[in-house]
Amino acid sequence: MLNIEDIIETVNMIRDENLDIRTITMGISLFDCVSDDPDRFAGRIYDKITRTASRLVPCGEELETLYGIPIINKRIAVTPISLLGGSLGPDAYLKAAKAMDRAAKEIGVNFIGGFGALVQKGSTKGADALLSVLPEALSETELVCSSVNVASTKAGINMDAVARMGRIIRETAYLTRDRESIGCAKLVVFANVPQDNPFMAGAFHGFGEPECCVNVGVSGPGVVANAVARAGNCDFSTLADVIKKTAFKITRMGQLMAHEASKRLGVPYGIVDLSLAPTPAQGDSVARILEGMGLEICGAAGTTAALALLNDAVKKGGVMASSHVGGLSGAFIPVSEDAGMIEAVEKNALSLEKLEAMTAVCSVGLDMIAIPGDTPEDVICGIIADEISIGVANNKTTAVRLIPAYGRKEGDSVSFGGLLGHAPVMRVPGASPAAFIARGGRIPAPIHSLRN
Amino acid sequence: MRAIICVTGRDSVGIIAAVSAVCASCGANIVDINQSVLKDFFTMVMLVEIDRLTLPFPEFSGKLSSLGSERGLDIHTMHEDIFNSMHRI
Repeated sequence: MLNIEDIIETVNMIRDENLDIRTITMGISLFDCVSDDPDRFAGRIYDKITRTASRLVPCGEELETLYGIPIINKRIAVTPISLLGGSLGPDAYLKAAKAMDRAAKEIGVNFIGGFGALVQKGSTKGADALLSVLPEALSETELVCSSVNVASTKAGINMDAVARMGRIIRETAYLTRDRESIGCAKLVVFANVPQDNPFMAGAFHGFGEPECCVNVGVSGPGVVANAVARAGNCDFSTLADVIKKTAFKITRMGQLMAHEASKRLGVPYGIVDLSLAPTPAQGDSVARILEGMGLEICGAAGTTAALALLNDAVKKGGVMASSHVGGLSGAFIPVSEDAGMIEAVEKNALSLEKLEAMTAVCSVGLDMIAIPGDTPEDVICGIIADEISIGVANNKTTAVRLIPAYGRKEGDSVSFGGLLGHAPVMRVPGASPAAFIARGGRIPAPIHSLRN
Repeated sequence: MRAIICVTGRDSVGIIAAVSAVCASCGANIVDINQSVLKDFFTMVMLVEIDRLTLPFPEFSGKLSSLGSERGLDIHTMHEDIFNSMHRI
């Protein structure tokens, strides 16, 4: 029989430390939904999603009961819609978004991702059409998420796309102004976007992916925070080992769930995403882990070093626990979804600039950050360009999910509810990058993109 | 298939009897029990075979949870594989 201490440890992780599977995301290819008729296009999308994912939610619930592990989200990721309707106009894309929304509601998932485009080098007719209706699509649907990849280490940064995203974010914030500009919480701008990420809002089913697969995102900041607290005043090597061992255990659970979900749904398992994804709940915060390492508060000098250690140790521990690792894999630092981050911002300990530095050493980027509603478009573009260039220059994924909360100013607070949490409105730099952004064109790929 | 029933809480007379009675009434065969009491804190881990359950697993697990609520105990019932995968390489 198993060691009783191991069993109690696992039960405590789930009962007291918020250990859970954050998401089981089914990736579905929609390439066979292409049509030259907008209604047929939308109809095929709805039919394919509802047919393929009909068992996803019940299956997730069965696994939850059998294994006693909460599976918080069941989600769908589809082929980037911009790739499918090049012969159709903007209206067809809006219909497609609504079809995705209806399908997601029908099967009972809480988000569906993939209403997006990859425009790192330039825009196709399909991408143009999709981007032209993106604010409307985000305001007229509830569950549809969008990601737009504007740069990669190989291609450089498409600054025309960056400028366009600044406009789209502002417009989305305006169109959803009666709901705290929540449309922007469903839109991410990426550099080096992963094509198998199970986490929202950036999930989509890339074009090198199989017809259908399941990807699993694990979580467990609370478990790591408690392990760090138990380790006490040890040196950094010991601390890294403690985090590695904990990440290993968390990931093994994710691997088991991915395997079981794949077997029950009869579709291949894609990857396990080794991420520490916080929620606004107490005891489920990445900031608290950093503070547990000895920082007075998240944002203090030393925060970037602590996060770098955490991110690296999570990957090292997790990678042996899973046969295929992918997605974003690392620590997330979304402000509104992390009680410790919210507190640090409210106490003026954590600024946008410090968050930007932190994103150089962890996965994702400037995530779920509310900024004043009157932030000029070119400032938003400048923030995106800065963040994206960190990803391009460092050959890693970075992303921006900013919410210019309509009618709100610095120091106010916006509440999105549920897992999206609430966010203090943060200060943004006042000086204008307008002439820089207006240059247009592409920032060339860095020299180290030439690796062949 | 085997499941692990983990019971923790304040010690009192008849905890094992009560948990065993639920197992017997539901067709779960007890394979192993490991139990200890430390400063009035009762901990028990019970390994049971669940292939011949007379009711669906969620209902079995629910009955044990209700028993836990009645007696002020925490009772978690989980598939054995979760522990195997987490603690064995």
